[in-house]
Amino acid sequence: MKQRIGVFVCHCGINIASTVQIERVVEAIKEYPGVVHAEDYEYMCSDPGQGMIRARIKEKNLTGVVVAACSPTLHELTFRNVTALSGLNPYRCEMANIREHCSWIHKDVDKATKKAIKIIKTIVEKVKLNEELTPLSVPITKRALVIGGGIAGIQSALDIANAGYQVILVEKSSSIGGHMAQLSETFPTLDCSQCILTPKMVEVAQHKNIKLYNYAEIDDVSGYVGNFKVKIRLKASYVDWSKCVGCGLCIEKCPTKVASEFEQGLAPRKAIYVPFPQAVPNKPVIDREHCRYFKTGKCRVCEKVCDLDAIKFDEEDDFVEEEVGAIVVATGYEVYGVQNIGEYGAGRYKDVVDGLQFERLLSASGPTNGEIRRPSDGQIPRRVAFVSCVGSRDPELHKPYCSKVCCMYLAKHAMLYKHRVPDGQPIIFYIDIRSDGKGYEEFVQRAQEEDHVTYIRGKVSKIYEDNGELVLLSADTLAGMPIELRCDLVVLGMAICPSSGVDELTKKLKIQTDANGFLTEAHPKLRPVESLTPGIFIAGCAHAPKDIPDTVAQASAASSKVLEMFGQKELSHDPMVAWVDEDLCSGCGVCISLCPYDARELEIKEGKRIATVKEILCEGCGSCIAGCPAGACQQRNLDDKQVIRMVETVLSRG
Amino acid sequence: MGKPKFAFYWCASCGGCEEAVIDLNEKILDLTAAVDIVFWPVALDFKYADVRSMGKGEIDVSFINGAIRSSEQREMAELLSKKSKTVIAFGSCAHLGGIPGLANFWRRKDIFERVYESVPTVKNPEHILPKMESKVDGYKLNLPEFYDTVSALDQVIPVDYYLPGCPPAPELITDAIDAILKNKLPKKGSVLAPDKALCDTCPLADSKPDKLSIKEIKRPHEIKLDPEKCFLAQGVICLGPVTRSGCGECCINANMPCRGCMGPTKAAIDQGAKGISFIASILGVEDEENTSDEDVRDLIKQIVDPAGTFYRFSLPYSLLKRKR
Repeated sequence: MKQRIGVFVCHCGINIASTVQIERVVEAIKEYPGVVHAEDYEYMCSDPGQGMIRARIKEKNLTGVVVAACSPTLHELTFRNVTALSGLNPYRCEMANIREHCSWIHKDVDKATKKAIKIIKTIVEKVKLNEELTPLSVPITKRALVIGGGIAGIQSALDIANAGYQVILVEKSSSIGGHMAQLSETFPTLDCSQCILTPKMVEVAQHKNIKLYNYAEIDDVSGYVGNFKVKIRLKASYVDWSKCVGCGLCIEKCPTKVASEFEQGLAPRKAIYVPFPQAVPNKPVIDREHCRYFKTGKCRVCEKVCDLDAIKFDEEDDFVEEEVGAIVVATGYEVYGVQNIGEYGAGRYKDVVDGLQFERLLSASGPTNGEIRRPSDGQIPRRVAFVSCVGSRDPELHKPYCSKVCCMYLAKHAMLYKHRVPDGQPIIFYIDIRSDGKGYEEFVQRAQEEDHVTYIRGKVSKIYEDNGELVLLSADTLAGMPIELRCDLVVLGMAICPSSGVDELTKKLKIQTDANGFLTEAHPKLRPVESLTPGIFIAGCAHAPKDIPDTVAQASAASSKVLEMFGQKELSHDPMVAWVDEDLCSGCGVCISLCPYDARELEIKEGKRIATVKEILCEGCGSCIAGCPAGACQQRNLDDKQVIRMVETVLSRG
Repeated sequence: MGKPKFAFYWCASCGGCEEAVIDLNEKILDLTAAVDIVFWPVALDFKYADVRSMGKGEIDVSFINGAIRSSEQREMAELLSKKSKTVIAFGSCAHLGGIPGLANFWRRKDIFERVYESVPTVKNPEHILPKMESKVDGYKLNLPEFYDTVSALDQVIPVDYYLPGCPPAPELITDAIDAILKNKLPKKGSVLAPDKALCDTCPLADSKPDKLSIKEIKRPHEIKLDPEKCFLAQGVICLGPVTRSGCGECCINANMPCRGCMGPTKAAIDQGAKGISFIASILGVEDEENTSDEDVRDLIKQIVDPAGTFYRFSLPYSLLKRKR
């Protein structure tokens, strides 16, 4: 076919035009073999620019289009759509990046202009060999998996279920609710956390579109966007929930006491237990690690007292498989351990507590029924110090990031303490006060003005015990003087970190995490709830520290992305994937170990080993193509011939 | 029509390709019965003048082995090209440059300096080096020019077919002769051997793990090779995946890894580059995330003489062709 290629050179305002002489570029390209038209415009991506391309494709009967402008990441789709609108196959359009790869990084106008011409010639050569392609279509299973039953997972599951799609919700502990269930009141409105959360928990349990697997974990994930297969491990609870009615007799009679996770270690629970009275579902599990029968072979008291024969000591982990089209990861956070902070006693002092422990002290259903009593002796503390940024914003020793919620919850803690102990003295040590949410600054002001919370700007350097009192060493940096403060209780605003086990889960899901272990979004601004793996979305503190309003908003955003997907008949997949010439493949298998997407597999065809491509899984990264020793594997529209031709063009004189 | 006329000639080669023709054994008699051999200096007494006196296209097929390293070889190749209807590059050296092509890692002056002066067993106080013209007792003597760069045959004359291998396997030779006699040669430019890589026919293919990964590279003399197990799986560099099959797996059957003499497969452009990228692809992939740059350097350091390993037979034919 005789090629008739049109080249459209964009000025990008002055972004390109100030370093590259556009007129010279157009003149040079006009003469290049295969090019029948070259033209420039200030903003090629604008409506007139796009119109120009559409018109020329028709007038000049173009067989290929090269847009010399910015990065393909930004506008490849734009210009391919323009090309398709004019009836030309969109994969006959390519971008020549003369902005990021040229004008932005050079100063010498003459050399930059020559380089821009070279870049365009190279892409013209590529387009000459581009095939016409059609996107691949992929069926979708319109069911979603939500991993994590905290407020993010609950919100996300409800949104998707309410839209009429089935949701599989997997929660690793025996009840949904997450950390929000542990909180007393919530900032900035001081509404009771339980009151707003528990109805949602019940709604989840009763929803006809939600299948809840509590006390379960993700064992394995295979497949791809629209077509995931998930293997879920149902951990042995040793209680037959279909028989149990939740009478609680077994719990009452169990002789073993263990520190309760839900109460943050401030109260005991039994070895057979329900994490908290409002748990959903309200069914007990046996903690095998501490159960007397599992440890010594004797006891079985729970079994004896259960009239319904619901106790099953011989139960084993079970597995179920579910097929889903989309996955929302909402695995939440955990609090950075106090034991990591040596200068604050590393967890040795009973009256140095973390934020979640103080939430339990404040909670009406907590170990002290909402009375503030310090853990060591049950006395009501008269002076309480609250320390912010513990473990956060400390790149040398701990976590570099801001944990985002501590400023606000410490203000809330101080305020609620003052409400319960009106003659008490709350003092907050802070570095900066970050109160940037709706109504947040007013809340902090209220703490200071109405509840007389003292704010001292200074980092606490040391906490130690002296005569039953805690001594804090700090400085008031605004007054410029050192501080030595004696108090009865210290609350640490600890950093929050991704839940343990997320690392393993991300490997199964093939999604990425950042340096701190939080899930990475596809784009920090424009794709904040998508992971880089298609079909997997992220929500809540698994992504970054955030408060309840932001978590709920992000969970709903993730659901809407899932619903956007489910609203389509089928998914389309980029056709620029790897393919194999089976007449050349010797089945050596090098590609198999290279593929990061599990898209390559060895098949036996007519007795011969052949490495095939599962096109839908292929993301076109090219690893297998570079690695293929025989050249049997090529990438559509970027085959070896094209690459060599482009390299030759770049290296040619002129 | 009379019997087709064949010519055999050798350029820069070891003579093994000539042996390969002799290795046809009794079949050589069938060959001589079917064709007239009009030129074969290694076996029969012909002079260059005999060839010069032939008409254009008088030879039906010329089998030329060896790389082109001197002006004499080039002259003969050009002469045979003129006198032959079909030229077949015979063996690795004619096909890709072969072992003599490794000289392209040096310049002519370095080679002369090494061979005629610095080799410990050479004493050359007068610094006598080969010259194209010298005078002895008043007589002028000529030597062919020793080229700076070794070339494959088709870099000097047009080549119609390639018979790969060091030397080509007897089956490939007889198949090629059969095809000539029955007029069933494939498209011009073809390599007269299967298109797939050696793993396709390798007797050890079934022992290859699904995911290949090498942690430590061994050279064949450093370990006792298990004759039943894929050499790559044993950590020994085997060029089977980057090398065309059809050799008869003689090295593999002798418990030695493939060295790549059959050249790249049909779709590969540069055998050495492919070799390097495929070994890099399976080197230390198990624990890639925890591999530091230094670990990578240490892994690569284990490959002794990478250029010679991966370009052993194909340097003149590679994209870079020679050292600058």
